[in-house]
Amino acid sequence: MAEDVWILGIRMTKFGKHPDRDLVELAAEASMGALADGGVTMKQMQILAWGSIMSGGMGQQLQKQIGQTGIPVYNVANACATGATALRTVIMAIKAGEADFGLAVGVEKVAGAGLLAGGSRGVDGTTWTPRGPVGAVAPLDGRIGTETMPGVFAQIGLEYGHRYGGTSFELFAKISEKNHAHSTLNPLAAYRKRFTLDQIMNDVMIAYPNTRPMCSANADGAAAAVLVSDTRLRTLSLEQQHRAVKVSASVLTSDPWEEACQVLPDVNTLTRNAATQAYEAAGIGPADLDLVELHDCFATAELVHYDNLKLCESGGAVDFFNSGATWRDGRIPVNVSGGLQSKGHPISATGIANVWEICHHLRGEAGDRQIEGARVGLAHVIGLGSACGVHILEKAAA
Amino acid sequence: MAAARIPLVDYLRLADEPYLVASECEECAARYFNHRVACANCGATAFKEAQVPADGVVRAFTIVSFAAPGIEVPFVSAVVDCHGTSVRANLVNVAPDPEHVRTGMAVRLTTFPIGTDSTGTEAIGFGFEPAAD
Ligand SMILES: [Zn+2]
Repeated sequence: MAEDVWILGIRMTKFGKHPDRDLVELAAEASMGALADGGVTMKQMQILAWGSIMSGGMGQQLQKQIGQTGIPVYNVANACATGATALRTVIMAIKAGEADFGLAVGVEKVAGAGLLAGGSRGVDGTTWTPRGPVGAVAPLDGRIGTETMPGVFAQIGLEYGHRYGGTSFELFAKISEKNHAHSTLNPLAAYRKRFTLDQIMNDVMIAYPNTRPMCSANADGAAAAVLVSDTRLRTLSLEQQHRAVKVSASVLTSDPWEEACQVLPDVNTLTRNAATQAYEAAGIGPADLDLVELHDCFATAELVHYDNLKLCESGGAVDFFNSGATWRDGRIPVNVSGGLQSKGHPISATGIANVWEICHHLRGEAGDRQIEGARVGLAHVIGLGSACGVHILEKAAA
Repeated sequence: MAAARIPLVDYLRLADEPYLVASECEECAARYFNHRVACANCGATAFKEAQVPADGVVRAFTIVSFAAPGIEVPFVSAVVDCHGTSVRANLVNVAPDPEHVRTGMAVRLTTFPIGTDSTGTEAIGFGFEPAAD
């Protein structure tokens, strides 16, 4: 049995607009912060995982800024699950016995990026010429459905409603209302404005039923975590041991084949698979969770993930939300950080920033937004393509 | 002589009654609209052409109001369940609003010209429209 892995230090930068700072500077701030938080230095790190999708592999550039110690660098990219993938890369190395300490960082600069994906251009010639995998003679986005993320996830939400009933424009808007309300307590969120339900529903429609405030906010930001083996943690100070957060499960899945997956990405099956594996690995059930940070890239996505993460009975996500369970004073608070819709979504930072949020509560350091007595939390991300990362985290016993 | 016509994509077949074709795995019957080296479901490598039923039910949709430059909005994007084969398409000949578009509605395949090139060839696109009761 491989030994346990702990988060020793973790930090996120403020999310939002950082026009004067480049990727490496943001990553360096998060990394230095995580090292200081853990009471360790770059010299002790034995592996570095760098996650970023807009910039490619720049882990070695980060080393030039914070320490060229010659350790292996893994530059990883896995869509919106990149941060979780970087984290898991280090966790696997420690579990494999190849390292005692490791640093994982995720960073992105996408503030003001607009629609990510969509608008694929096929041909713009003077004669129709079939090209590409389906012999298209003209651009397909907008002619054969939509390729944009707000539209894809809108369909995913309405498909859930078609299967189980109970969804409406207003219901999805209420999910967004919750997350924006939560964000007012998070000083590191890109947006901290509370919206009324009317304001959300009357804002600019992007892809029905997702209006602008119901979509994840493109932002700049970085997050980093220092991980340590159980054996090494036992040699550190009592304060370090007390603040360390146990990684009770670290799971990454991809999307298995399902009938409709070629026309609408199936974000459900791989998330359900990841959740099942994570609960089993941790020996913990959904009822034991004190808080959850899930991948609310759109309001429509949050609903289906209540079900996929088994926070409710199968088919019961609408009733579950309507019960108030996912508000910060509810039974299983979801996205008390404000979620991607208000905290912001610097793509590759997200999968570590959500772990930071959970750790903050488990350590009792979340200030105004502290979920009292939190002992167990779950962080989830999904990247289309698809990749799903789930981490279950537990407060130190001491 | 009728103008030459070309389908928007190779899985649209222009006939008196136009239809969509899928590449169907000979082992497990999984269907694809694009080429696969091996079946993503079972790994088999033999495929045959299968005609997709031209009618179905809307299982999911969105009304896109904001898209890349050059794309006309609003338009309705949908997943249509054609008797077990899911198809992505626009819904056409229906008002693009949630009062007129709903999941569960019965629809059928339709085709229409999307433009003519310098040689006079007309490209034909497809979508699904509400089925007459
Ligand atoms: Zn097959």
